[in-house]
Amino acid sequence: MKRDLASILAAAALLLAACAPAATPALTAVPPSAAAQPVDLTVFAAASLTDAYAEIKTNFEAAHPGVTVIYNFGGSNALAQQLGEGAPADVFASANSRQMEVAVESGRVAPESAQVFVRNRLVVITPADSTADVATLRDLANPGLKLILAARDVPVGQYSLDFLDKAAADASFGAVFKDAVLANVVSYEDNVRSVLTKVALGEGDAGIVYTSDIVGDPAKDVVSLEIPDALNTIATYPIAPVVDSARAELARAFIDYVLSAEGQAILENYGFLPAGGGSQVSHPAASLSESGWR
Amino acid sequence: MRLGGYRPSSRPRRFDGLWLVNAPFLLFLILPLGALLSRVSVDQLAATLVREEVYRAISLSLTTASMSVLITIVFGTPLAYLMARRTFRLKRVLDTLIDLPTVLPPAVAGVALLLAFGRRGIVGSLLEDWGLSIAFTQTAVVIAQTFIAAPLYIKSALVGFTAVEREFEQSATLDGAGSWAVFRLITVPLAWPALLSGAVLTWARALGEFGATIIFAGNYPGRTQTMPLAIYIGFELDLDVALTLSVILIASSCLVLIVAKGLLQRQPVENGPGD
Repeated sequence: MKRDLASILAAAALLLAACAPAATPALTAVPPSAAAQPVDLTVFAAASLTDAYAEIKTNFEAAHPGVTVIYNFGGSNALAQQLGEGAPADVFASANSRQMEVAVESGRVAPESAQVFVRNRLVVITPADSTADVATLRDLANPGLKLILAARDVPVGQYSLDFLDKAAADASFGAVFKDAVLANVVSYEDNVRSVLTKVALGEGDAGIVYTSDIVGDPAKDVVSLEIPDALNTIATYPIAPVVDSARAELARAFIDYVLSAEGQAILENYGFLPAGGGSQVSHPAASLSESGWR
Repeated sequence: MRLGGYRPSSRPRRFDGLWLVNAPFLLFLILPLGALLSRVSVDQLAATLVREEVYRAISLSLTTASMSVLITIVFGTPLAYLMARRTFRLKRVLDTLIDLPTVLPPAVAGVALLLAFGRRGIVGSLLEDWGLSIAFTQTAVVIAQTFIAAPLYIKSALVGFTAVEREFEQSATLDGAGSWAVFRLITVPLAWPALLSGAVLTWARALGEFGATIIFAGNYPGRTQTMPLAIYIGFELDLDVALTLSVILIASSCLVLIVAKGLLQRQPVENGPGD
């Protein structure tokens, strides 16, 4: 009887020993608290960040086992609106300061907690096999050209109109240019990605998107035409933690990663301009609240 | 009398278990509409209605939805009649095909229409050679609406035609009436409640079309920006516009459903010519 018990105990001990090595590495690799249970981090991000943020997610999750980054991509205006309506989120990355300000006004983002993490600029695109000849910016005014812009309540749509305003003020283009270009608009799309898709499909002869939109795969179907600095708008993207996030520490870690050299390098690979440096930073929403952000 | 005057059907008790069970879902149906209506005042409604973009969205929606109904009647009526009167191979395939747009996500329909009628599309590229361009025009809006909404009319007409007893048609034929005359003078008059309610439902669905329209026709105020598009775009920029148009769409949808249901009650089940 006693012997039997002893052998059972011995077998149990052996079993435990056999199990232990399998469990140990996972426990040593991450702090016990993080490994305890899977955690979701919800990030609301501007549609233009879609591709770059996919890579950021992969790296961030690899560095934080058990964490799953869940994105809600959309027009910044729609995201700010959703935040205002109480949508649960941990981080908000907007394509302009105005929509970040909307989130601040609704109390979901603390004032002055937003940091510019990346910049972007506008570019004119045409289908790669276009029949309409768009060789210079002036050709955007050619009669009958089909131009697709984003709606003015999407940041890139407002920037596109700003570009036309700057051109109208420029003697070499003039107000006639602006009016002719606006007369060519066939659609004001609800986000920058559908501008890109419809131009790539050849439905439009030209469109205005961010330089970051035409990096990688989509670039093969479109040809870009640069807008000079004087007429361009450099969009600044602010990122901020959501005040009522239950995972504030993790939200901070995500933001820090986006701002880190590695995160910035990823964003640069996707056609964005790094947050710091650069001579011309001009954006229309600056007067609203930019002073609070570095 | 054992139950002491209990009459189950004539005097339902106020709050019995059945109502209690259904209360949460009924509340769920009513609450969003109530929330929306509570945000709109009559003054605000009147003030928004006269604004140009609102007015243009309404008139564009009314025009395009009516066009869609006309096209649907012209092409859908013969199709419904064919389905009601003939048996043929692949009939079930055709039936499924007709139903498909009603269950398909409208965004899928929009992409499909773009690939067919867009500038580089199968048909669109041919039209482009003749100088015709459909995408981003009012025509595109009508095409999108017709594609999505026509099945409602066709299905309703099919039911209406099926309910018309063939004896009436046959006796008229024996009296020497041609098939067009039979259709015009016998079949359509007998099936009209179903035809009309189908047309009204199609009109309402066309009025509410969003997904296919924004993809295929784009969004341009006064040209392709119908009420649902103006609501979607306006939701972010100007909530007043979105609310006003929403109220209009709710009201018109209610009206349409009441009319359609009223008509269908008149649909004769075992019909005779005098009904």
